[in-house]
Amino acid sequence: MRPPSPSIPEKEFLNSALKQNLRIDGRIPLDMRTPVFIFGPELGWVDCSLGKTRVVAYVDAKMVKPTPERPFEGMITIHSELSPYGVQRINSPRPSEEEVTITRMLDKIIKRSDALDKESLCILAGQRVWHIRLSLHFLADAGNMVDCACLAGIVALRHFRRPEVEVIGDDEVIVHSPLERAPMPLAIHHSPFCFTFAFFADPETPPILDPTQLEQRLSAGLMSIALNAQKEICVLQKLGGVPQDTEEILRLVKVAVAQAKELSNTVDAKLTADWATRKVEVR
Amino acid sequence: MGSRIEILNEAGFRSDGRRQFELRDLTIDLSKHGEADGSALISHGLTQVLVSAHGPREAKMRSHTFHDRANINVEVVVASFSTGERRKRQRGDKRVLEFAATIKSTFEPVIRTNLYPRSQIDIYVQVLQQDGSTLQTCINAATLALMNAGIPMTDFVCAVTGGVHSTSPMLDLSTLEENDIPHVTVAVMPKTKKVVLVTMETRLHVDRFEEILNLARDAGAILHQEMKEAILARSATLVALAEPVTKNQNKGDDDVVMD
Repeated sequence: MRPPSPSIPEKEFLNSALKQNLRIDGRIPLDMRTPVFIFGPELGWVDCSLGKTRVVAYVDAKMVKPTPERPFEGMITIHSELSPYGVQRINSPRPSEEEVTITRMLDKIIKRSDALDKESLCILAGQRVWHIRLSLHFLADAGNMVDCACLAGIVALRHFRRPEVEVIGDDEVIVHSPLERAPMPLAIHHSPFCFTFAFFADPETPPILDPTQLEQRLSAGLMSIALNAQKEICVLQKLGGVPQDTEEILRLVKVAVAQAKELSNTVDAKLTADWATRKVEVR
Repeated sequence: MGSRIEILNEAGFRSDGRRQFELRDLTIDLSKHGEADGSALISHGLTQVLVSAHGPREAKMRSHTFHDRANINVEVVVASFSTGERRKRQRGDKRVLEFAATIKSTFEPVIRTNLYPRSQIDIYVQVLQQDGSTLQTCINAATLALMNAGIPMTDFVCAVTGGVHSTSPMLDLSTLEENDIPHVTVAVMPKTKKVVLVTMETRLHVDRFEEILNLARDAGAILHQEMKEAILARSATLVALAEPVTKNQNKGDDDVVMD
């Protein structure tokens, strides 16, 4: 079932406001909503919101036997499902086009870009490795769930601490509980952040960053860029939509680069602040 | 996993003997295939894709129609024998679904769907052989199939993959190259040189990306020439076959007139 289209007055109001560089929630076109993080009592649980869009990410780790093709690498699986709880328009168990897009984007950004070092997850080569599971729950959709989910996922992975293991000899593995030894952070090579831009059919309307639900529905094309603070683009996707000049695309890439730097600093600050409130080590 | 085959050697040759900016051998076959309104069998080197286009026709499911435009439906089948190792793909495989969604959204702004309200245009893609640049080949084949079917479009859509090996950019990558270097697929509309699709899944620095994006866009224009020639040749053949023989009756005694 297709979701109901926005009404004509909504459509006209949005388009005429955008022509004057005004967005309905008061932002300027290339402004992103400030992310708000709530860290759970458990390490690796984070509730990330971009305006009213809320995603909860949860990381947990268990020890498993590695696959025979890759005996030295750990595994990471991402579980993300859109449920009617958070996203009202989903009402069939088959993955909708939207869910496929989000799942694939998360897969590319977090798994394919090798954000997490899989070799560091190895405990005993060929016998025991860590299997990291990242679960994402979409609690509310006010537009741009991809960016919110990606941010929640990366922050959760950085927040998580896995138990320390000690390998004695060739085959004995001791897992220390967090009460005995301080847990270890995951080895994260780089933190990719995703930014989604929306284009509109009218050439006079500027592209906007971080669209809300209404803006997303009325847009004529989306472009998602995932990059890290080191100016490396991990994923760039402009799937159809209004054709754009390469100059415009490169201009938006530069905007994303600046945003990534800012966001990286914000995330670092928030993680440090949260860490200070926890007593994990006694020295 | 380092490869012992050099992607680009000092003399400027790639692993299959091509130069840096050389595209692979392009073959286009627009002959009729099955019951399709238009079909195209195209290969870039060893990557071969067959696309059949149907429509505009009555939609199978009323709930999927739009009151003011045609609905585009894309289905992709990747043959299990298409890669080096035989691999059967699940029907609901997310990668294949994403592939189909990518092709659909690439053609949505290009096909004149507002001319056929409440109809459906079906694009069936069959990937027969994969040796890198599969999306590029699918998009080019779909463009030709749609044109062959007579479905009106604003412009051609020409796709090309580009990659960067340390600092040297390259075009039209094979599997070996795709597994090794960061690459991007760009689909461009040659008349306006505007980009419809850009997709990159591998890590690449922003400065390198700028180079390769512009290069791939210009390469799309070259492909356009080839595709246009193929379409014109096919149209000329069809026109010649359709011309009635009686037109030549007054040309001379040598001509044989058929009853």
